[in-house]
Amino acid sequence: MATTYRTCPASGLQFEAHAEKLMKWNAVVAVLWLLVGGIGALGVIMTRWPAFKLLPADQFYTILTAHGVDMLLLWILHFEMAVLYFASSTLLRCRLATPKMGWLGFWLMVIGGIMTNVAIFQGESSVMFTSYVPMQAAPHFYLGLILVAVGSLIGCGIFMGTLVVAKKDKTYTGSIPMVTFGALTATIIAVFTILSGAGILIPTFLWSVGLIKEIDAQLYRMVWWALGHSSQQINVAAHVSIWYLIPAIVIGAKPLSEKVSRGAFLLYILFLQLASAHHLLSDPGMSAEWKVLNTSYFMYFAVMASMIHGFTVPGAVEAAMRRKGFNNGLFEWLRKAPWGNPAFAGMFISLVSFGFLGGISGVVLGTEQINMLMHNTYYVPGHFHTTVVTGTTLAFMAVTYLLVPTLFRRKMIWPKLCQIQPYLFGIAMSITGLVMMGAGTLGVSRRHWDMAFSGAPFQYEWPGAAYLMMGMTGFFGVITIIGGALWIVLVVGSLLFGEKLDGGVVSDKPTPIPAATPAASASHHGSDHVAVPGTVVLAMALLVAFVLYYYVNWKYLSEVWLLS
Amino acid sequence: MAENDSDIPFMQKLLDNHFLLLVIGVVSPGVIYILWGIIDIMNTPLAK
Repeated sequence: MATTYRTCPASGLQFEAHAEKLMKWNAVVAVLWLLVGGIGALGVIMTRWPAFKLLPADQFYTILTAHGVDMLLLWILHFEMAVLYFASSTLLRCRLATPKMGWLGFWLMVIGGIMTNVAIFQGESSVMFTSYVPMQAAPHFYLGLILVAVGSLIGCGIFMGTLVVAKKDKTYTGSIPMVTFGALTATIIAVFTILSGAGILIPTFLWSVGLIKEIDAQLYRMVWWALGHSSQQINVAAHVSIWYLIPAIVIGAKPLSEKVSRGAFLLYILFLQLASAHHLLSDPGMSAEWKVLNTSYFMYFAVMASMIHGFTVPGAVEAAMRRKGFNNGLFEWLRKAPWGNPAFAGMFISLVSFGFLGGISGVVLGTEQINMLMHNTYYVPGHFHTTVVTGTTLAFMAVTYLLVPTLFRRKMIWPKLCQIQPYLFGIAMSITGLVMMGAGTLGVSRRHWDMAFSGAPFQYEWPGAAYLMMGMTGFFGVITIIGGALWIVLVVGSLLFGEKLDGGVVSDKPTPIPAATPAASASHHGSDHVAVPGTVVLAMALLVAFVLYYYVNWKYLSEVWLLS
Repeated sequence: MAENDSDIPFMQKLLDNHFLLLVIGVVSPGVIYILWGIIDIMNTPLAK
């Protein structure tokens, strides 16, 4: 299929025409789902805020289901499709493989997403994101999810096909760039995730139309979590890739060691999906060996990989800043980093919040004994909001500040508000996640719409701190939603009213990236061997926080069991 | 000059073989998590 290549004059990135269109459409649809899911977030947070209790129970569970599906699947999967096309066709400067199939995948995802949302808002499918059997949703709830899964699988196939095209056309030499390798990791995890999803959602769909008599509840939970949790591991690999991408474009950062970073991605490929087992640590049908080996042993390899990325990304920033001359003391590089650039600021807040809050709480939840302290409490959404929201969503928001001028050729409107947005959203969400985990530690349930259990024959006296934490969750949650809404206003406003930018030269054939352009570090491979003492201190701070928090939870456990 | 294939370290060969990584990434959790999980569930004694 004939195509053209446009070279962005500001960044040096080259966009193949078909890939560019697919990236734009996937990104736009992703933002629409973020809008729907964000409105749902307002309903959820204002209901769980004890002072308001906005929605009645039935409406709450409908909105909670929509919020989970739209945020955890539709917003993120559509954006990830854009990331996959960018990391393959754009960074490797080659044509996209089978663009017609890309459109088929896109429309399957759109139709599937709408179908599932229709089922949810009809009110007969308030089964929440997890949709545990024997709760049964309408058939089109499952069918929509299956279509989304098939569409995403096509996107993964196109990514792999584009790697073959780039190799065949020799648009790169040696290994693929680090960001593309991270996207490859996300794709591999996605294939496992989607196959697992198909493995359980297709029989569940047949059950919902009466062709299968029953679905085993334990089997459903086990296979479903290979979809439910692994889909969030796709996000981890994707947002870690973006952590490498943004400093590469903004300050020309290179990984400290390509070998080590790629080795960490290999650990993700081998072990990250196994963390799904930590959702089943209190399930009676699974053996202790299966639980402990999948979580407390194999999962730690994936945790180690995250710690490596958590070290090498700020390390790459430090190395690049020191090369620019910011060598005074331990932290001049950090003080003088481009904090006014919303892409960089969003990336760094995402990194810190994911590491300190999402990462540490994830290890605690993955340890069978201390998991019992907060299993199925509000701690769980506290944990995954600091991984999926401050980790993935904030990283996606951050990279958008680079994509709007380069991909959509529009200047961002209201630059001061653009600078504020990542701080508003990232800090508010981090505090929200923290107080959610605090409430969960005090025993507040994960999903019950009314923590007071009004009207129950036996009342439970919550400590005042639990109500305080839930009130703070509501307050900071609303600020987070304002931060998210601000991002949508800025992005949509820029697309509609932003100053039009020069699209650059269009050619019939791809051209190599000039070494002096800002995106060259993202398209090439190579390491930056510079001493990074400041990053070592930051890594030690993370380790100390981790050890202390881990110890505190074991102490709590001994008190629960009255052993001390 | 192109690098001789035998000079490339094993790990780099592995990391550059994208389709082998795909197979490993699907089969490994497929066996350790899914298959072992199914065996566990099938061995759960039925209530009498």
